Amino acid sequence: MNEGFLKGCEALGEAIVLAGCRCYFGYPITPSSDLLEYLSWRMVQEPEGVFLQAESEIGAINMVYGAAAAGKRTATGSSGPGISLMQEGISYLCAAELPCVIINISRSGPGLGGTTSSQADYFQATRGGGHGDYRTIVLAPSTVQEMVDMAFLSFDLADKYRNPVLILAEALLGQMYEFVKFPDPVQNPPPKSWALTGAAGRPRNKMPDFHMNEEDGERINLELQKKFDQIALREQRWEIYGKNADEILLVAFGAAGRICKSVVDSLSEQGVRAGLFRPVTLYPFPYEQLNMAASKSKKILVVEMSTGQMIDDVKIALGRAKDMEFYARLGGVVPSSNEILAKVKEIAG
Amino acid sequence: MKAVGCGTLIDVPFQYCPGTGCTHIIMTKMLASVIDELGIREKTILVGPVGCSEVIIDYLNVDAIGAAHGRALAVATGVKRAHPDRVVLTYQGDGDFASIGISETIHTASRGEKISSIWINNGIYGMTGGQMSPTTLIGQRTTTTPAGRARELTGEPLNVSAILSQVKGACYISREAVNSKANLEHCRASVIKGIKLQMAGYGFNAIEVLGICPTNWHLSPKDCLKRLEQEVASEFPLQVYKDKSEGRR
Repeated sequence: MNEGFLKGCEALGEAIVLAGCRCYFGYPITPSSDLLEYLSWRMVQEPEGVFLQAESEIGAINMVYGAAAAGKRTATGSSGPGISLMQEGISYLCAAELPCVIINISRSGPGLGGTTSSQADYFQATRGGGHGDYRTIVLAPSTVQEMVDMAFLSFDLADKYRNPVLILAEALLGQMYEFVKFPDPVQNPPPKSWALTGAAGRPRNKMPDFHMNEEDGERINLELQKKFDQIALREQRWEIYGKNADEILLVAFGAAGRICKSVVDSLSEQGVRAGLFRPVTLYPFPYEQLNMAASKSKKILVVEMSTGQMIDDVKIALGRAKDMEFYARLGGVVPSSNEILAKVKEIAG
Repeated sequence: MKAVGCGTLIDVPFQYCPGTGCTHIIMTKMLASVIDELGIREKTILVGPVGCSEVIIDYLNVDAIGAAHGRALAVATGVKRAHPDRVVLTYQGDGDFASIGISETIHTASRGEKISSIWINNGIYGMTGGQMSPTTLIGQRTTTTPAGRARELTGEPLNVSAILSQVKGACYISREAVNSKANLEHCRASVIKGIKLQMAGYGFNAIEVLGICPTNWHLSPKDCLKRLEQEVASEFPLQVYKDKSEGRR
């Protein structure tokens, strides 16, 4: 497929296959089940394509661990509670330095929460989520086209750094229909000399780097940290929208970022010098770029669909010197551009 | 038993409890010799999950991966689906196979994955210091049943091989022991049979091996063997629970 008018989850499913993924494991949960269903028939059209509905999200992430170790491009997808169940496995993937892609079509929480859009999984996504010192690269799309492009990017980054990459997209992106164009299919993903394929004609491969003493444990952590430092240095991505943010800079990611573009358009039409900074990678967070973008702005408005999680990173980027305001809707409610506009008017006062 | 150490066994000191006659030592050497005999060293991928069983990945000269506690068979499923023509083995303990991983165990069997699992049932969590497992016997003292396992509190020992015999996707389910020369030969033949069935494309097979843990049973190796024969084997009889292979050996 070259292009089409597709639902977010289906476009993402198609992109996952075109990006060279050949092993997909998942478990049903709303609102990510469309992705699972799409791949159930699409993946098996490919020679050697493996689709398997696992017995649980715990099973799914550990199947990913096995397929990643076997050298395949592999992925799983779920939503909030299912991603919670995968956290031990994600920690293991990081420890064994295995590349994979994990998709969170996110919903609200805590607990069961609801099946509509929320950004309350930000901390879980960007702070590692499971036990131990590790990070996953986190990409946050705001359009269906971006979901497609990020599917390709995520497998490349995963292979480059031998680390899981997480795509965090709200329920509304998964359900939204948009016109998308697909990049050319990946024919030959990079070879992996470290993979488990049977030790034929070479020394055996073994993973993870197993340690029984604390000195080795420290060494392993330091080596991982070197990698995360490189990722932080090289892989920050962001979008700046609006020509001049002297009066107010909005900061928002994902679906909220998209809505804030409408807010910036309205403000510009009214002669207000407003702009948007949208982090595209949530880890690594583009701290310095945000600092530069905000350098002349009188006011900062952070917009989230959580009680305030990304705002911690905004504070790290800007310090507390800036006059920072916050607007949020919670529990699955998506803010409208009009109510954000009203908030801007209120703080501009 | 054939000579070991010629190819697959790596020449490093075992980290299994030294001087105890721990079953893992026997089984590690046996698996090495089986892999050598079948000539599958270069096509075998071994999964060792958390527990004493995990360290086997340091001793067999095959591609190998450590797995989280309970997840060996999910990991093995991912490996096998990625490489259907390789031999995929898991080496597990009863805490892993019968407790935290029971969901993976049953569903891997149910899917009929072409995987061979060898799991050691010694009725105790060895690596964590001797706590109760699902296969701990009634009355057995452990660090979490200091007065002995009581059925009214924690139920009775779980017969997982009997459960697996009811799962349609399971092909060959057998309980073995390595406490005597005859049993050891039978166990080895059973392991070979399971691997050959996997290679022939038959479904899931699991070999349960009754094991001893002198360290955490707080008995001498000789008394451990006596207990295994007199008490454990009456709760967990040595038998083939299921054989869908029509006598293939």
